[in-house]
Amino acid sequence: MAAAVDTNLEPRYIDVDHQVQRAMAPGSLKYWMWVLFCAFLTALGGGYRTDEVYTGLGKTGLTEPTMWAPYITNFVFWVGIAHSGTLISAILYLFRVRWRTAIYRCAETMTVFAVATAGLFPLIHLGRLWFFYFVVPYPNERFLQPDFRSPLVWDFFAIGTYLTISAVFLLTGLIPDCANAREVATGWRKTLYTIFSFGWQGTDRQWRNFQMVYLLLAGFATPLVLSVHSVVSWDFAMTQLPGWHSTIFAPYFVAGAIFSGCALVLTLIIPIRKFWRLDEMVTIWHLDNLAKIVLLTSLIVTYSYVVESFMVWYSQDALELTTFNQRYFGPQGYLFWMMVTCNCLIPLLLFSPRVRTNTVWLFIISIFVNIGMWLERFVIIAGSLATNTMPSQWRFYTPHVTEIVITVASFGWFLMNFSLFAKFMPIVSMTEMKEGISWLRQAARTSYPYRKAA
Amino acid sequence: MSWLRVETFVPGPAEEGRSPNLYMAPIMCQHCDHAPCEPVCPVFASVHTREGLNAQIYNRCIGTRFCENNCPYKVRRFNWFAPEWPEPLNLQLNPDVTVRGAGVMEKCTFCIQRITAGEIDARTEGRELKDGEVITACAQACPTRAISFGDLNDHNSQMVKRRVEGLPRVYTMLPQLNALPQVTYLRSLYNTTENS
Repeated sequence: MAAAVDTNLEPRYIDVDHQVQRAMAPGSLKYWMWVLFCAFLTALGGGYRTDEVYTGLGKTGLTEPTMWAPYITNFVFWVGIAHSGTLISAILYLFRVRWRTAIYRCAETMTVFAVATAGLFPLIHLGRLWFFYFVVPYPNERFLQPDFRSPLVWDFFAIGTYLTISAVFLLTGLIPDCANAREVATGWRKTLYTIFSFGWQGTDRQWRNFQMVYLLLAGFATPLVLSVHSVVSWDFAMTQLPGWHSTIFAPYFVAGAIFSGCALVLTLIIPIRKFWRLDEMVTIWHLDNLAKIVLLTSLIVTYSYVVESFMVWYSQDALELTTFNQRYFGPQGYLFWMMVTCNCLIPLLLFSPRVRTNTVWLFIISIFVNIGMWLERFVIIAGSLATNTMPSQWRFYTPHVTEIVITVASFGWFLMNFSLFAKFMPIVSMTEMKEGISWLRQAARTSYPYRKAA
Repeated sequence: MSWLRVETFVPGPAEEGRSPNLYMAPIMCQHCDHAPCEPVCPVFASVHTREGLNAQIYNRCIGTRFCENNCPYKVRRFNWFAPEWPEPLNLQLNPDVTVRGAGVMEKCTFCIQRITAGEIDARTEGRELKDGEVITACAQACPTRAISFGDLNDHNSQMVKRRVEGLPRVYTMLPQLNALPQVTYLRSLYNTTENS
């Protein structure tokens, strides 16, 4: 193994195993402190939510007319985060894009936990949580079904489908890797990997079936990248509120989703490759490609902002003009300009190959992108509601402690799940790394900036 | 929790030596025929009744608050907390009106309890409901009779007559949104400096 690290250009199959197993070794004290910290945040959020259920949603800073603000912002943010994972794991798989191999497991794990986080928010924001099942179509004595005209019901199906498919996709991809880990693990971990390897023996027939199932699941997951966030955007586009009622929303939201998602993959993978020394597998080359996607989607998002504003100006609709005027220059206009800085200006740095191959820069930019995309949803949701069609009812939203704690807790919940999964499951796909190893060697030899940076 | 608010509009700057004209409009649920709040409710809590009322079924409401987001008139109100009445104020509650719990949306019902009581009376007496038999609390309370309530299908009702007589002055709020509100307003007439 030491030899392989030195030469760097000649990784062998066994090195892949060793490196991934090293990442899966029992966690250090620092790791467990981190997990405990995340768990603490989660518990804090749970406590505040319990209080909120007990006392009423008035605990939040929400008032008429800003009925939705931080919770639905978080919902859209986390669903958006999920999308890049499926893009990387499914669409890039179908297109046989080689650089996905080292990062797709991380991206897909992020997808599953991001959807699981997003799915909590429609529940967190409900006034009567205990009746959430009214949205589910089930046979009941009241002969009542949900109203299928409501975008919230579409959401329920979109998120449900997405969580199911992405979880199955993740677990399917894990099978050969778990079988690999099963061979070296001891104790309860062996039991865990035995369960998740589903009796994998590595026979030809199993490989053939595995490849076919994986391909089919990738096919299932691909349309979801576009459809799920389109459905989420219709929560807004289907209403007639100025600032929400816009046909551009579906492509605009999907681009924004992939933008923020790829940025979060960068945020997650950069510390992982550093702390768990996976930099031989997750090379600068991978990060560079991710950064290119971030750059491209940033440009699409910028274009969407311009088109959205242009359409408002072109329509000369008084209500829309007022809302947008308030969005840009109103009392909370600074949020919009912060968003433009984070989403449109800062990612332009990625045009420079030197920035794209520098992990510190990438990490910082990815954080800014995440802040910017959160603000984008907030500006759209809370801002448009605050400046609605009835000027007498305008009221800007200011958060209270409850929403701030629950928002932070959602990050704690996500990071706790992600960190635990990344420790106990192979966070880089050994199977696919081995498939791509010869190709990687070639890439490492031939592409200039990566060789230098490596 | 206001189901009806009175909005004041100042049409322009005050003229010399006079206070500005004020336009008042009581704004309650407009009971739209094509109500934006209805299709967005996932659980049919916001529904149209056969009589054309835009009803809110509290028992079904789960508090997504989507209806208020889509209401162009912003007349819906949400129970952010469980309602509480210190004694003896609990005795003031109208026994005919459901008390709403925390987490449900509510709004002007057009005094559906009065409509229903009137209908039941008419049915037991085996006759049609007469105009003026049912009157909403707001119309009853208004000292200047600014609000009138009646059956739109009854062409002789007081309310329809008022609409027909005041036809050039009739308007609905935000008609471009095509919500088809059933509440109509009459434009106010004021003497200005020129014609006074």
